[in-house]
Amino acid sequence: MTEPLLKMRGVKIEGRSDEMWNPIINGVDLTLARGEVLGLIGESGAGKSTLGLAAMGYTRDGVRISDGTIEFDGIDLLTASAAVKRELLGKRIAYVAQSAAASFNPAHRLIDQHVEGPSQHGVMSRAESEADGMELYRKLRLPNPDEIGFRYPHQVSGGQLQRAMTAMAMSCRPDLIVFDEPTTALDVTTQIEVLSAIRDIVDQFGTAAIYITHDLAVVAQMADRIKVLLKGDEVETADTRTMLDAPTQEYTKSLWAVRSFERPAKPAIATGAVPVVSVQNVDAAYGTTPVLHDVSFDMHEGRTVAVVGESGSGKSTTARCITGLLPPTSGQILLDGEALPASYKKRSKDQLRQVQMIYQMADTALNPRMSIGQIIARPVQFYLGLTGAAKRKRVDQLLEQIELEPSEYYNRLPSELSGGQKQRVGIARALAAEPKFIICDEVTSALDQLVAEGILRLLAKLQDDLSLSYMFITHDLATVRAIADEVVVMKDGRVVEQGPKADMFTPPHHAYTDLLLSSVPEMDPDWLTNLLKERGVDNVGDAAVDKM
Amino acid sequence: MILWIAAVLIGMGALAWVFRFAGQAATGNAPKFRDMPFGVAYGYVLAALVVGWLIWAYFQGRSSDPAIANKFFFLRIGIEGFIIFAIAAWLFRLAGRRVGTAWSRKMFRAMPLTAAFGVMIILIYAILAIFAGLLAPYGQEQIIPGVAANITPGGDPALGGNLDFPLGTDQIGRDILSRLIYGAQNTVGIAFATTLLAFFLGGTLGFLAATFGGWLDQVLSRMVDVLMAIPSLIFALLLMTIASVWAPRLGIPLTVFMVIIIAVIDSTRVFRLSRAVGQNIVVMDYIEAAKLRGEGFGYIIFKEILPNATAPLLAEFGLRFCFVFLTIAALSFLGVGIQPPLADWGTMVRDLSGFVNYAQFAPMAATAPLLAAGAIALLTVAVNFVVDWMLHKSSGLKE
Repeated sequence: MTEPLLKMRGVKIEGRSDEMWNPIINGVDLTLARGEVLGLIGESGAGKSTLGLAAMGYTRDGVRISDGTIEFDGIDLLTASAAVKRELLGKRIAYVAQSAAASFNPAHRLIDQHVEGPSQHGVMSRAESEADGMELYRKLRLPNPDEIGFRYPHQVSGGQLQRAMTAMAMSCRPDLIVFDEPTTALDVTTQIEVLSAIRDIVDQFGTAAIYITHDLAVVAQMADRIKVLLKGDEVETADTRTMLDAPTQEYTKSLWAVRSFERPAKPAIATGAVPVVSVQNVDAAYGTTPVLHDVSFDMHEGRTVAVVGESGSGKSTTARCITGLLPPTSGQILLDGEALPASYKKRSKDQLRQVQMIYQMADTALNPRMSIGQIIARPVQFYLGLTGAAKRKRVDQLLEQIELEPSEYYNRLPSELSGGQKQRVGIARALAAEPKFIICDEVTSALDQLVAEGILRLLAKLQDDLSLSYMFITHDLATVRAIADEVVVMKDGRVVEQGPKADMFTPPHHAYTDLLLSSVPEMDPDWLTNLLKERGVDNVGDAAVDKM
Repeated sequence: MILWIAAVLIGMGALAWVFRFAGQAATGNAPKFRDMPFGVAYGYVLAALVVGWLIWAYFQGRSSDPAIANKFFFLRIGIEGFIIFAIAAWLFRLAGRRVGTAWSRKMFRAMPLTAAFGVMIILIYAILAIFAGLLAPYGQEQIIPGVAANITPGGDPALGGNLDFPLGTDQIGRDILSRLIYGAQNTVGIAFATTLLAFFLGGTLGFLAATFGGWLDQVLSRMVDVLMAIPSLIFALLLMTIASVWAPRLGIPLTVFMVIIIAVIDSTRVFRLSRAVGQNIVVMDYIEAAKLRGEGFGYIIFKEILPNATAPLLAEFGLRFCFVFLTIAALSFLGVGIQPPLADWGTMVRDLSGFVNYAQFAPMAATAPLLAAGAIALLTVAVNFVVDWMLHKSSGLKE
C-alpha cells in the first residue's frame, strides 16, 4: 500500500471541566488509506465525535489535543499554521454533521451555501460550482435537482437536507469526509436513501471517509473497516466482515449480541377478556388539522402492544388521547371497560393513577432541581398518601426494583445520572403510582444499544412481576421484535395493520408494513446492496412510499 | 485635524506590523504570533497606547503645579480607586478562600475578581445600612452647632477642610459622611423592599399566565402592555404627584406610596420575564407528568416551575434592583421621592449639585455631590458584576 492519507498516532485528547483537564481519548492510533471508509463505533461518551473532529485537526472549545501526531497527506495538522489549515479544511477535508437542520444557515438558499466552499478556495467559479452542485444533487438522487438548490433549508425534508449537506461536503472533491452520525436523526425509510446516496457518491469519487455512528447495522453497510471505541480507548479494529463474523473482544461481542434479546411469546388472549385500555374509533385534531382517523385497538393485562410508524404517523397523538391531554373529537377511551372522561382535568385521581407514562427524553421528563428521591416520592405521597418513614421505605423499594442502590441515588440530582439511569428513574416514577397501564413513548430511542437493552429487560421483568400492560410507541422494529406481544402499525393517522407479533413478522404484509420491515438495517454487510437490487435503485425510501 | 488623525492611525497600523513581525522573530514563529490576525495586533498596539496615556495622565495628576494637577484630579482619583478596589477585592477573595465553611470556600475559589469585588461592595453596603445608627458619627438630620457649613471634603485645613468631618459638611452644616451612611439605609433599604414587592407581583402573575394560558394570559399581558407603553419615569412622576396630595390626607407616609408605585411599574418587566421563562418550562415533560398526575396549580408553580426559574429570576433581581434604586434616586433628585430630612443619595446629589462647577479649580469642593453619585454608581456596578457571575454560573450548570 502507498502512503496512507491520514495517520494518527498515539492521539490523546483532554476536555476541561470542573477546572481540570480530563482525558477523553487515551492514545488512539488511526490509519486511513485513500478511498477507504472507516467506521467508528461506540457508545455515547466513547469519544467518537471528538476523534472524528481531531482527524481534521480541530477540537471543540474547552478540548485540546495533548499528545500524539495527526498527519494528513504528509502535513502535520497539529503544528500547521492557520493559513495552511484554512487551505485544507473544506477543500480537502470536509465534515457532515449529525443535524443538517442545525448546520445549514436558515437565512440562505442551499445552493448559495453550497458554492461558498469552492469559490472561497478558488476551486471553481461561482457559476461552475452552481452547475456542479446540481449535478451532485442529481447523483445524490434529490428530487428536482435543478431547482432544489434554490430552496431554503426549512423548505426541504430532513433526509433531503442531509443529502444536500453531503453534496456540500463533496463540492470541492475532498480527499476525506468525516460523517458524524448523519442518519441518526432520520426515520428508517429515509435513512435508506441517505445511506445509499452517501455510499454511491463516496464510491464514485474514491473519497476516503470516517463514518461515525452508534448503529452497528448502519456501519456494516458503509464501512470497509470498523474501529470500536470504548471510553476513549480502542477496543479493536478489523475488516467489516471479519469483525461481524468473528469479533475477538468481549465488549464487541456484547455489542453484537444486543439485538438478540427476544421475549418468549405469550399465550393468546382469552376470548371475552376485558381489555385494560381500549381505544375505540378515536378521531383527533390539532386545531382544525385532523391527525387521527378512526383509530381502534385494545391493550390487555400483562401484555405489550407496540405501536410503530414513522414520525408524524400519529403514534404519540394516540398516546395524548389516551392520557387525556388531547381530547378526541370523536370516539372514546375505555379503562377496564368503563369510558374515561375525554380530558385529564375531568378524570378522578384514581383514573389518573391507573394510566402512567414514561417519556422519550428522560432529560426533560425529570425536574432537574429535584432529587431522585423527591421525584419518586411525589406520586407515592400524592396517590397513596404515604408520608415519613413509610414513604421512604416505598421509594427505596422502587429504587431497588429499577436496580439502583437507594442509599447512593436517593439524594442525587438527575444531572448526576447517566441517560439509562435517568430513564430508570422515569420508570420508577410511573411505577410509584401503582398503575395498571403504562405508555412508553420511544423510551429507548435516545439511548445506546447496550443501555436500551437493559431498559427493555427491566420493563419485561416488571411486566412479569406486576402484570402491567404497556403501550410501547417506537419506530425501531428491533425493539418491537424484542418486547411486543401485539403490534399496531400506523401511517398518516390511521391504523394500517394490527395483530399478534408472530403474524406481523411473517408475510404477507400490508405494503407499508413491508416497506418498514425491509428498511430496518441488518447486520449483514450485503443487506443494503441486496435491498437496493430488490427495490430497484431509484425505488428507495420516499419514492417507494409514493408508489404505494 | 483630519490629516493628523489619519497619520496617527496609519502610524499605529505600521506599529502593529512591526509588533507582529518582532514577535514572530523573537519567539521563533510561535503559533501565537504566526496566526495572529492584523486586527488583533492593531488591538494590542491600541491598548498599549491607551494604557500609556493613562499612566502619563496619572502622573500629570500628581504634578506639583496645581493648575495641571487639578485638571487631572478626577482621573487620578479614578485610577487610584480602581487599583485600591482591585487589591481589596483580591484580598477579600483570598480571605474568603481561607475562612468560612467548605461551601463558601469552594464558591470563592471559582469566583472571578469582578464578582469578588461586587460581593465585597454589597457586603459593605449591607453592613453600613444595617448598623447605620452605630457607625455614623452624627445624626442624619443633625445640624452640628458651632460648625461652619460647606466644609470641603478631604480634611485638609489648607483647602478648607476639617478632620472631624472627613467628607465635609453640606450647605446647612450636616455631616456628609453620616448622611451617606444613613443614605445607604434609606435608599438601598427602600429599593430592596420595592424590588421584592415587584418580584412578588410580577413573578406570581407571570407564572400564572404561563401555566394557565388562554384568556387569563391575554388579560394580564394586555394590561402589562398598557402599563409598559407609558414611559416609566414620567408615569412614576405623575403618580407620585397625585400621591403627594393623598398621602397627608390618608395619613400614610409618601414613601409607602412610592414603594407601591415603583413596584407596580417595575413588576411589568418582571411579569414579562417570568412569563417567558415559565412558558419555556411549562412545555417540559415533567410539567406534563405533574399535570397528568392531577397536581394543582400551586404545586406546579412553586414546586416544579419556580426552582427551575431561579437562575434567570435572580439575575433579573440584581438588574431590577439597580433600576429601582436609580428610579428612587431620580425621583428624589426631582424632589418627589424620599423626603427631607431623611438622608438619601439622590437628594444629596441634587442639593450639592452646585459644587460641580468648582471642578476646574477646586476639585476637592466639587467632590461633595460626586460622593453620593459615586455611592450609587459603585453599588450599581457591584450588583451587575455579581449578576453577570451568577448568570455565567447558571448557564454553565445547564451544559
